[in-house]
Amino acid sequence: MDTQDILLDVQGLETQFKMPDGLVYAVNGVSFSLANRETVGLVGESGCGKSVTMLSILRLIPSPPGKIAAGSALFHGQDLLKMSNEEIRQVRGAQISIVFQDPMTSFNSVLTIGRQITETLETHLGMSSSQAKKRAVELLELVGIPKAKDRLNDYPHQFSGGMRQRTMIAMALACRPQILIADEPTTALDVTIQAQIVELVKRLRDELGMAIIWITHDLGIIAGLAQRVIVMYGGYFIEEAPVKELYGNPQHPYTIGLLGSLPRMDLDERQQLVSIEGLPPVLLEKPQSCPFVPRCRYAIERCQQENPPLQAVGPDHRVACWVDPQKGRAR
Amino acid sequence: MAVDDQLLLRVENLVKYFPVSSGSFFRRQASVVHAVDDISFDLHRGETLGLVGESGCGKSTTGRTILQLYRPTSGSVYLEGVDLVKLKGKDLRMIRRKMQMIFQDPYASLNPRMTVGEIVSDPLLVYNEAKSRKEIDEEVRYLLGLVKLDPSYTNRYPHEFSGGQRQRIGVARALALRPQLIVCDEPISALDVSIQAQVVNLLVELQKQFKLTYLFIAHDLSMVRHVCDRVAVMYLGVIIELADCHELYHNPLHPYTQALLSSVPIPDPNVEEKRQRTILKGEIPSPVNPPSGCRFRTRCPIVQAVCAKLKPEWREIKPSHFVACHLVA
Repeated sequence: MDTQDILLDVQGLETQFKMPDGLVYAVNGVSFSLANRETVGLVGESGCGKSVTMLSILRLIPSPPGKIAAGSALFHGQDLLKMSNEEIRQVRGAQISIVFQDPMTSFNSVLTIGRQITETLETHLGMSSSQAKKRAVELLELVGIPKAKDRLNDYPHQFSGGMRQRTMIAMALACRPQILIADEPTTALDVTIQAQIVELVKRLRDELGMAIIWITHDLGIIAGLAQRVIVMYGGYFIEEAPVKELYGNPQHPYTIGLLGSLPRMDLDERQQLVSIEGLPPVLLEKPQSCPFVPRCRYAIERCQQENPPLQAVGPDHRVACWVDPQKGRAR
Repeated sequence: MAVDDQLLLRVENLVKYFPVSSGSFFRRQASVVHAVDDISFDLHRGETLGLVGESGCGKSTTGRTILQLYRPTSGSVYLEGVDLVKLKGKDLRMIRRKMQMIFQDPYASLNPRMTVGEIVSDPLLVYNEAKSRKEIDEEVRYLLGLVKLDPSYTNRYPHEFSGGQRQRIGVARALALRPQLIVCDEPISALDVSIQAQVVNLLVELQKQFKLTYLFIAHDLSMVRHVCDRVAVMYLGVIIELADCHELYHNPLHPYTQALLSSVPIPDPNVEEKRQRTILKGEIPSPVNPPSGCRFRTRCPIVQAVCAKLKPEWREIKPSHFVACHLVA
């Protein structure tokens, strides 16, 4: 990757939550960068820290109990994690915006759809209210809401799930952000509506030229959408590779397990699904061993003693594992 | 009805409407939700029939109406030749033990104040199956072993378990009376990906062991393909296509089935790159005022004038491949 091209550069991010049971180590020193116009998929199961990573970068972690303990996130040479509240507010929603999973709870239910879009435009772009209204109609048309002008005065409950998610995307795009963070935006939707939203985001990405970080637990969606995929487990990045390399040549036992546990609709033979036994870890202490070791079928002694760092195993392909699962022995 | 040993369940012209009352003081019945509108199918012993469709299409209502958890508006449900719709009281209660259900949400379907042992043994007590405390304990331990849970967990409470483990407790409870039919209502959709495979593999194993018949309600078409023998596709209260699993996925005839299949993402970037998608316009209409004629016509990419006028007939296009569409030759 050309360094000129890097839009966002995150180094050593650590986020913790102070809970009654103790300190929860949600994100444990993750580093990544995002290039201009690039789409990255961030994949993992619930509780693996994928949303917390992105919320930390936008400083949307409620504090207390949350705390960003270490790290930096450079965006246009400025560290998002060190900005004042006023400065980060200028970035949020304008240059980096986010689309949340649940389109019902992420709207304000007592404001009209129109007001919620125009608010962003007036705050960030200083538009007058009539300008903002006009732009809001354009935005709703852009995401394919029929009769957009009439719908401005509707309240969120009058919209269906798919329409709410489209509106959410319209809001996120209001200020032409450079980065769109999509936090499981289609998980709550039906497959035919999911397909509509994915097509919409792809089209807008190409038209507006933005970079996207798409958070999901669904390896299916990412396959057709992202250029690069990061797999997260227990607060760590455990594998990172270009999309075809990750699906064609997965190296971490967890990634292999995840891919094996998905039934393939396009294949004929009914293979026994590979299940990953056991449960995701509780992050109440910073693991000294590999976080996946209790569920790993390839584990060797070293895995119990040392947490493996991300290491390059090929061009742009990094993996955190002491074992080479293809060969079944230590790397 | 013909005597067919292999036929376990026959659903005939099943209809379930829910009245919607207006918000006014007098609570007049304002309109009707056409949740399930005239569906028929057979279920044979030992098979798994998948019932798929988007949310709100009536697939869960179908499952619940078959079990008589909702009493149907009209139609018949025959279990081993006995029409459940005509039964009530004690007769219905006695036949219900042959049918069980596994629910979608393992967090809501287990009573938080009961121990695992109490939950799993409850069906036995309800039907006076068990003779002594010791026998019950043995049975509970056996059932927990079947679903691969540690039998020593009997005195724990549901909150001590993960989602996947809770779903196993639900499966053990469903098995307690050795039912013949189990309605699995989205049994894995609330679980994490790596846990889904555990539960699905378990359901498949138990089916072999106990010769169970499943009605598998789901919206995940990849998983349905993996576990089902036949698949019925529902849209807005009606079944629009029914075929053997292999046939349906290879040769879908109804435009809705085709669009639904093409919407499912495949976890392989090389396949995704080349895929042609049919993206449906709009969203599923309200079941309060379903469209006239064919219910899919408002979103159908190949809609014609006839679709608005006539309700498409349920036709057997090929042996055991049924479809309801005017435009399928």
